[in-house]
Amino acid sequence: MAMSESAATADAIDNPRGLPITTGTEVFPPDNVEGYKAFKAGDFSFRRDAYFAHITWPGGRHEMPIDVFLRALMRDVAWGFFYGTVNFDHIFGTTNYYGEVEMFAGACNHAYTKAGRDFIQRFKSDELMDVFSQMVSDWTNADYDPFAAPMETGTPWGSKNGDNDAAVTRQRVTAKRMIGLPGDTPVRTDESGFTVNRHFTDVDQSQPDVYPEPGFEHEVSAYNLFGYLSRSDVTWNPSVCSVIKDSLFCPTTEEFTLPVEHGNDRCEWFIQLSDEIIWDVKDGKSGDPRATVTMRAGDVSCMPADIRHQGFSNKRSMLLVWENGSPKIPEMVRNGTAPVVAVEF
Amino acid sequence: MALNLEEEAVSQYTTVFGSLNDYTPGGVMVIDDDPKNYVFSNVFAVADKSAPYERVAVAKNMEYIIEAVRTEGVSDWYATAHDEFALCMDGEVEIELVKLADPDSAVDPDSEGAHKLSGDPDGQKMGRIVIRRGHQALLPVGAAYRFKAEKASVMMIQTVLGPETVEKWAEICQTAA
Ligand SMILES: [Fe+2]
Repeated sequence: MAMSESAATADAIDNPRGLPITTGTEVFPPDNVEGYKAFKAGDFSFRRDAYFAHITWPGGRHEMPIDVFLRALMRDVAWGFFYGTVNFDHIFGTTNYYGEVEMFAGACNHAYTKAGRDFIQRFKSDELMDVFSQMVSDWTNADYDPFAAPMETGTPWGSKNGDNDAAVTRQRVTAKRMIGLPGDTPVRTDESGFTVNRHFTDVDQSQPDVYPEPGFEHEVSAYNLFGYLSRSDVTWNPSVCSVIKDSLFCPTTEEFTLPVEHGNDRCEWFIQLSDEIIWDVKDGKSGDPRATVTMRAGDVSCMPADIRHQGFSNKRSMLLVWENGSPKIPEMVRNGTAPVVAVEF
Repeated sequence: MALNLEEEAVSQYTTVFGSLNDYTPGGVMVIDDDPKNYVFSNVFAVADKSAPYERVAVAKNMEYIIEAVRTEGVSDWYATAHDEFALCMDGEVEIELVKLADPDSAVDPDSEGAHKLSGDPDGQKMGRIVIRRGHQALLPVGAAYRFKAEKASVMMIQTVLGPETVEKWAEICQTAA
């Protein structure tokens, strides 16, 4: 997850829709057909069968292929609801208010909102996270890792067959200052279980030459970031590698599609470090297409604060996601004191 | 775990990194938008057209900045009132670090971004670091630093907007649809 500790502790929790907090969650015992638990949070109900996640709410229902749903749910859980809106697809998703969270059907879909069919409930983040965590644990079978690229894992289909809690409860990587500094997040090695990914066998693994004078070993420091990324065992999972106040370098490796359409509540920068990602950009509110951005090694581009984006990466690639983690930004974007577009020229 | 890798057995993958001599930018294809909203540039293209050690902003989020730097020859000395990080994107760069004897007199502790020092810094040698492509180094607060590169190389610096930051967005970014 790409969030600093401070992002989760805004002074006052923003509530632009003025929604009350919904309480009440339930976990139902495994059904006697496919063997999965069902879940309820407020007026949303969740059920899975062999192929699909079924989401229902008063007056509506939505089906998603279970692989798409689990990959999206995994990111929402691992990222603590992330920045802004995590669209699981064009209908269902969550919007983070950092302490409280909205779960919605159709709220970011032009047809639903036009027809007044959107349905939104607001929860304490901890309470909804508890349900989502149990859901991703119960619905993930032993052979399936929702963080992995599809070529690197089994399939999620069929009846309940064990679990993969080691995969779905991976701890986020959040360097406090920089990877590799004493007491900070360590570099990845074969010995620590992080082998080089099959798409990155040609990536140089040498470490920088570091020559500290006596007494300065703790501050004269560098590491091989590209080597570190080549050993990532997950996809589309930004982790914080270097930090200046709220400026967070959150690089990640990408293969197949970003499992969500991310509608950030602030500007978000991408620096493509290797290979190629193609981004579909849609309007954040309506979902109408706005642009397609092709990014190759060395390309830099900013996603405006009013869009949603989803990336496609055929070969596993290295992407530097750069976030400003200040908790003040979403409200500043809304009241016009933070820009929707990062740079005007 | 059941993997789906059988058909990949014969595949060989080449990871494509850019360099000063070899980069192929993508771009913004608009459907209903202005390409300028995406502030699209390429760090190698920027470094290609930059003077040595010109610190050109390629990304900006409020006060925070990423600079693209063409490293070639020996730079001036810099100091900053906060950490910075240098990421080598192409070639090889040597970083020299000096612990400032009086950091507050070298650079205002309330200031942001890198400040060029006049002359050599006063302080104890901390050491040096040689970074090559993909290596990231800490430029710690309280230190002065300078860069050396025998051949033209490329770095990105994670920092805050400061007096040395050059903003020339219209020159470096895609403007036409
Ligand atoms: Fe994003």
